[in-house]
Amino acid sequence: MNRIIVLPVLLPFVSAVIMMFFPRSAVLHRALNVCVTLALCAVSAVMLSDVLGGEILSLQVGGWQAPFGISLVADTLSCVMLVATALIGFTTALYSIGTIDREREHHYYHPLLQLLLMGINGAFLTGDIFNLYVWFEVMLISSYVLMVLGGRPEQLEGAIKYVTLNLLSSAIFLAAVGILYGMSGTLNMADLAQRIPLLEHRELLSVVAVLFMITFGVKAAVFPLFFWLPASYHTPPVAVSAVFAGLMTKVGVYAMIRMFTTVFTPDDAAFVHQFLLAVSGLTMVTGVLGAVAQYDMRRLLSFHIVSQIGYMIFALAIQSPLALAGSLFYIVHNIAAKTNLFYVSGLVQRLKGSFDLREIGGLYGPFPLLGLLFLVPALGLAGIPPLSGFWAKLMVLRAGLEAEHYLTVGVALAVSMLTLFSMIKIWNEAFLKDDPRPDQSNEESEFHALRTGRKVMMIAPVVLLGLVTVAAGLWFEPVFSIADRAASELLDAGSYIESVTGARR
Amino acid sequence: MILLLALIIGVLYAAGTYLVLRRSMVKVIFGLIFLGHAANLTIFTVARPTKGVPAFVPENALAIAEPFADPLPQALILTAIVIGFGVQAFTIVLFKRTYQTLGTEDLDEMRSTDTLE
Repeated sequence: MNRIIVLPVLLPFVSAVIMMFFPRSAVLHRALNVCVTLALCAVSAVMLSDVLGGEILSLQVGGWQAPFGISLVADTLSCVMLVATALIGFTTALYSIGTIDREREHHYYHPLLQLLLMGINGAFLTGDIFNLYVWFEVMLISSYVLMVLGGRPEQLEGAIKYVTLNLLSSAIFLAAVGILYGMSGTLNMADLAQRIPLLEHRELLSVVAVLFMITFGVKAAVFPLFFWLPASYHTPPVAVSAVFAGLMTKVGVYAMIRMFTTVFTPDDAAFVHQFLLAVSGLTMVTGVLGAVAQYDMRRLLSFHIVSQIGYMIFALAIQSPLALAGSLFYIVHNIAAKTNLFYVSGLVQRLKGSFDLREIGGLYGPFPLLGLLFLVPALGLAGIPPLSGFWAKLMVLRAGLEAEHYLTVGVALAVSMLTLFSMIKIWNEAFLKDDPRPDQSNEESEFHALRTGRKVMMIAPVVLLGLVTVAAGLWFEPVFSIADRAASELLDAGSYIESVTGARR
Repeated sequence: MILLLALIIGVLYAAGTYLVLRRSMVKVIFGLIFLGHAANLTIFTVARPTKGVPAFVPENALAIAEPFADPLPQALILTAIVIGFGVQAFTIVLFKRTYQTLGTEDLDEMRSTDTLE
């Protein structure tokens, strides 16, 4: 039964290989992309129910025993992330059918998307830090190509910043893995969790912890390492920005959570958690201040990604069960809401021909339903009850108050207000304001020229993710219990270690 | 030998950091390559390279006596070199294409995606 754990990695890989054999067959690519992401949804749901029903799933690849071979481990946290990834993969597959042009499809857009999903799923599943590095690279290489695919000047310019900073962080990651191996003689996370408290020479431990914090900090886009994100995320096609916005930074946050709960407990690296606390507040503030200044919808949303990462890091720094549960809930809520907002920005651009809020307006009159589709994720992001963002913030802030971090909680509340403000800014500018270019008829827009099938493919993902945001808010209790379980597993690494090292066969 | 390796790593990191901070794209690429090599050598060095004792169990023994050369770091470096090679090749092509498209190799002039219009 544990073998199911390889499917989230294997399915995208096989489908990408099949697609590459038929580079000209766009229909096959689209169909495979949708089918495989649907299958990923099913597989990850089955894995989640397995994990919730009993034990942590683990598999020793190639049958090599735990500390020597590579382990794949799926605990509640991993499974929740897999479900979210599969959902975003599925909606993006649909959205890509509606928006990606033929030229990109012929240049391996769909296989790259699959490889990106493979890298992300691998990063969530692996129980080995060097293997984590490899999955990060798989994910990053696919994302580099997706980012430049099309080759427009601004894409290349954005990609230079994105690629350079990510390469830098990969080099740091590699060095950190090496030093940690030199100190502990193991790469297996479960084994590390056991050995690190027993290490005799602890001087370098803090150095390694900081190196990991920097490398994952770059990937997660925390202050002051986030500058690559708003410089690049608005340049590729909307479907690509959306999947990056939803998933890529969260992989960094996931890696941070995994590293600083399972592997480095607060006893091992207390000051890292202090540091994370300070960084989280600054991340929230700089992100949101960057956002309120923007007029390009996608740049505004990109800065918001940074701001929201701050909340997740804040929750990680607190380290209480409620905080970690809140962090996980926040990640899932943010993945759905953020991706959705990018999808909506794509719809707006197709209707009005621009992402620039100064050039568009008057969308509410002719398209009231689009207004609703925008408001659900936007208000969800700002934290208006009963949408999912409200519960996410409530959990994180309550945990913050319990841990007596009043300053950061105050900052988080103020940032919430500014988030709401910038969402209202989009609402006012794009929807309520009179159209600055009234001579352009809505009937002639790029969107109306599309065939009905493509329109459906663009709207369906927005509706689906909107429903997720509403549902996670209305049925909070079951979602909370899953997050709570994930948090208790993280704080008590015992079952994780037992599942990896004990499951020898 | 460890001292020599440590010195080389230090020089590579210093040179890499210096080059990455330059405005010219070519120098940035070299800087990234240096940093990658520095990381690889770091792995090699921190795992205490041992000369002349390969990790083979002697014929009539059950285990090999310490110290022996740990083969794992070399496997890690091999993987990292392959990944690094691929990514660096991609980066060089990306930088070349950017140079052709934008007509400049001065990174300070590439700020259109960073500024408010």
